[in-house]
Amino acid sequence: MNSLIVSPTALAFAVVLVLIALVINLREKIGLEKDMLIGVIRAVVQLTVVGYVLTYIIKVDRLWLTGLMVAIIIFNAALNANKRANGIPHAFAISLLAISTATLLTIALLVLTHSVRFTPSQIVPVSGMIASNSMVAIGLAYRSMNASFHDQRQGVLERLALGATLKQASNAIVRSAIRTGMAPTIDSAKTVGIVSLPGMMSGLIFAGVDPTKAIMYQIMVTFMLLAATSIGSVIACYIAYPQFYNVDLQLR
Amino acid sequence: MTLILTLDQVNYAPQGKTILSDIDLEINENAFITFTGPSGSGKSTLLRLIATLLTPTSGVIKYQGQPQAMLPKPHYRQEVSYCFQQPSLFGETVRDNLAFPFSIRNHPWSQKRAEQALASVELSEAMIDAPITSLSGGEKQRVALIRNLLFPPKVLLLDEVTTGLDSDTKDCVHRLIASYHQQGMTILMVTHDETEIAAAEALLEIRGGRLEAKHE
Ligand SMILES: Nc1ncnc2c1ncn2[C@@H]1O[C@H](COP(=O)(O)OP(=O)(O)OP(=O)(O)O)[C@@H](O)[C@H]1O
Ligand SMILES: [Mg+2]
Repeated sequence: MNSLIVSPTALAFAVVLVLIALVINLREKIGLEKDMLIGVIRAVVQLTVVGYVLTYIIKVDRLWLTGLMVAIIIFNAALNANKRANGIPHAFAISLLAISTATLLTIALLVLTHSVRFTPSQIVPVSGMIASNSMVAIGLAYRSMNASFHDQRQGVLERLALGATLKQASNAIVRSAIRTGMAPTIDSAKTVGIVSLPGMMSGLIFAGVDPTKAIMYQIMVTFMLLAATSIGSVIACYIAYPQFYNVDLQLR
Repeated sequence: MTLILTLDQVNYAPQGKTILSDIDLEINENAFITFTGPSGSGKSTLLRLIATLLTPTSGVIKYQGQPQAMLPKPHYRQEVSYCFQQPSLFGETVRDNLAFPFSIRNHPWSQKRAEQALASVELSEAMIDAPITSLSGGEKQRVALIRNLLFPPKVLLLDEVTTGLDSDTKDCVHRLIASYHQQGMTILMVTHDETEIAAAEALLEIRGGRLEAKHE
């Protein structure tokens, strides 16, 4: 596993790559240089901290500590999904429920089928992948729902006037929101290996793991992300759509 | 005569802006009431309140003696059916719109009934697969109307549904409405149309959010 070590000097040289991006930005007046710097600094700081934290968690190997780490990951993912909700009431609670169900259910299945061992070195990164993909899916689904309820307001009103229940009035919108949320996961499942070599697989191959083994892991990851994003977006959308109505079954 | 709808001191003032004030109204079963009044006076708002698409700020609307708040909304809206002024239609095709009343009632789709309904407002059967974006304003208005009538409601709320139709098509819509009225349907119709106003059985005027009997 240690066939590849990134030395501090190598990393320092990699900074040159960031400088190239910065220069292009300044020259072309794209105006992203501030965001880029913040992004670079945050990436370095966050990853360094997480690196030490992970090392510690893996070393002490305590159930409660692993659980706490997973909880923090899920909490942060829900906070982020909430930002995309753009005013949907209770979006944080809804996201928390959806992401934790998606993450815990998927992990439970993986552990029960012995695809993943219950050790921090496997549980924590896998939770991170699942939670972040669910977070992105749910965020996209929220955005789609907000846009549809806005653009199709008259259509929803007409359905309500015809005597539809909230579910019947929202069905088309909810379905398309779930589709939108899952689209990136499905697209990447379709193109995996042809267009992109996903981060995890590339990382493993980079680090010297036999590509066939890395690919086995990637197949598992693809399946688990499909499961997790569908569970997450379905839960989030079905709990979120009634928030667009008031108690008198009218659009807010 | 039995009362089907009563409005008792109904006010509608969202965010403090008064749109309707102190509306008192008793409507008998099988009545045909025509509402008129200047643009922006609150006619659509009144029909939407009756349809429970809006909730009065104060006052009570009763249907068959029961306050609206006591009645399950989806079922009530199927019995007291509001047809929009300038409907947009939903979904992709005319079929989506005509199939909706069937699907919300868990009723099997009947192509024949849909085609008869289209024919009743002088639309061709072939229109059933037309994309909604290809329809003219008047065609949309008629599709919306038969959407409300596929399962005939007890009370029909018509919001300027003949605006923009030529006089032949208007006559056809009038005959259709009249035939449902003869079968016992209660009809509340908002209009600016001179001939509809002249033909009205009972005419009420709304001015500045208040209801007045119309004096010629
Ligand atoms: N959601 C709303 N919030 C605030 N004001 C509204 C709202 N809907 C309608 N209004 C206002 O209420 C008043 C009455 O509107 P309404 O649509 O009932 O008029 P109307 O009599 O049907 O007019 P028209 O003949 O042009 O259709 C108008 O001044 C309108 O601007
Ligand atoms: Mg109006």
